Amino acid sequence: MSIAAVQQQTKWWSGGRSPFNASYGKVMMWYFLMSDAFTFGAFLISYGTIRFSQNHWVDPNHVFNSFPFAGHTNLPLAFVSLMTFILIASSVTMVLAVHEGHKMNKAGVEKYMLWTILGGICFLGCQAWEWTHLLTGQHEVLVNGQLEYWNTTVAHNPFGPEVMFNGKEVATPGPIAFGSYFFEITGFHGFHVFSGIIINIIMYLKAKMSHFEQRGHYEMIEKAGLYWHFVDLVWVFVFLCFYLI
Amino acid sequence: MSASFSSQEITFHPEHEDSTKPIWRTFWILSILTVIELSIGLVIYNIHKGENPNATLVLAFKGMVCILTLAKAYYIVSVFMHLGSEVRNLIMTIVFPLCLFVWFITAFLWDGNSWKNLRNRYNRVNKTPTEQVAPAAREKGAKD
Repeated sequence: MSIAAVQQQTKWWSGGRSPFNASYGKVMMWYFLMSDAFTFGAFLISYGTIRFSQNHWVDPNHVFNSFPFAGHTNLPLAFVSLMTFILIASSVTMVLAVHEGHKMNKAGVEKYMLWTILGGICFLGCQAWEWTHLLTGQHEVLVNGQLEYWNTTVAHNPFGPEVMFNGKEVATPGPIAFGSYFFEITGFHGFHVFSGIIINIIMYLKAKMSHFEQRGHYEMIEKAGLYWHFVDLVWVFVFLCFYLI
Repeated sequence: MSASFSSQEITFHPEHEDSTKPIWRTFWILSILTVIELSIGLVIYNIHKGENPNATLVLAFKGMVCILTLAKAYYIVSVFMHLGSEVRNLIMTIVFPLCLFVWFITAFLWDGNSWKNLRNRYNRVNKTPTEQVAPAAREKGAKD
């Protein structure tokens, strides 16, 4: 009989079956992702609260306008766009890996898991460059009537409101909260990307060693996929909050 | 072709799409949404560079960007994470608590905005610097 008919006629909550028609592992992964979503949500919303409580906040188009190997060319948000595309692409390869798993195609799963791992490593590399650039950057800032050159850390924010000094516009120190929030939230996300890469490597090795062939299904790839897509989803919102709004 | 059930608990196996077309279609949708978001970001950048940035216009654009991001989130969760093809009760288990987020966001952003207004009205030190107020700005920075 059709799946819809099965769904209608089944007593879902009478025991002996999963009421969500999904294995325990998959449901628990969803519940974990919900809890993680609330954690990230709490961080991002607290960032929003502090940001909107300030009269002046940094302009992301000025802070994030550099690109590796492009020197001082002003390319607002170009690098972070590249990072977003890398992560979306690695999400696609992950879905394709799960798809190959449904067809019990071991070679296909291995291929797409490798691409996903590569995408994750590229993303982390890009994030590391971004951090290094901020932490070692030299931005002109007016402090106590003196011109200094500041990097951006949890204690220094050289992207405050601009004032006129000796006939040109110069920044003054900005709200310190920016550094804390930026490094903390992108760091926490980067940690999730890193752990996701480790999980994906383990999944790749297990697939290669025919663990899933023997088991008869590739559901573990699906669960790892859920985690990886969650990481991508969080990045979409981090991208929104820090770079676009 | 289809795998054996992954556990005893599963009643019926969800139908499996053989082609990868929906996956690539979703990839293009996500990419195009991202490009649109970035273009709007560029528009906001240019508005701020202009003479008299229209605050309402900027807010409207930011609102559009938020809606596009929600659309992206929908596609990722529904297609990539397959939630769209799960049992309805599982979908609701995920979607319903996330509706709390709407209030979560509203309440806290409202709060932040209120702090700003209260500080501006009552706090003597908290004035946006225009000329040579560097020490006060520094103090404000230290306060935060």
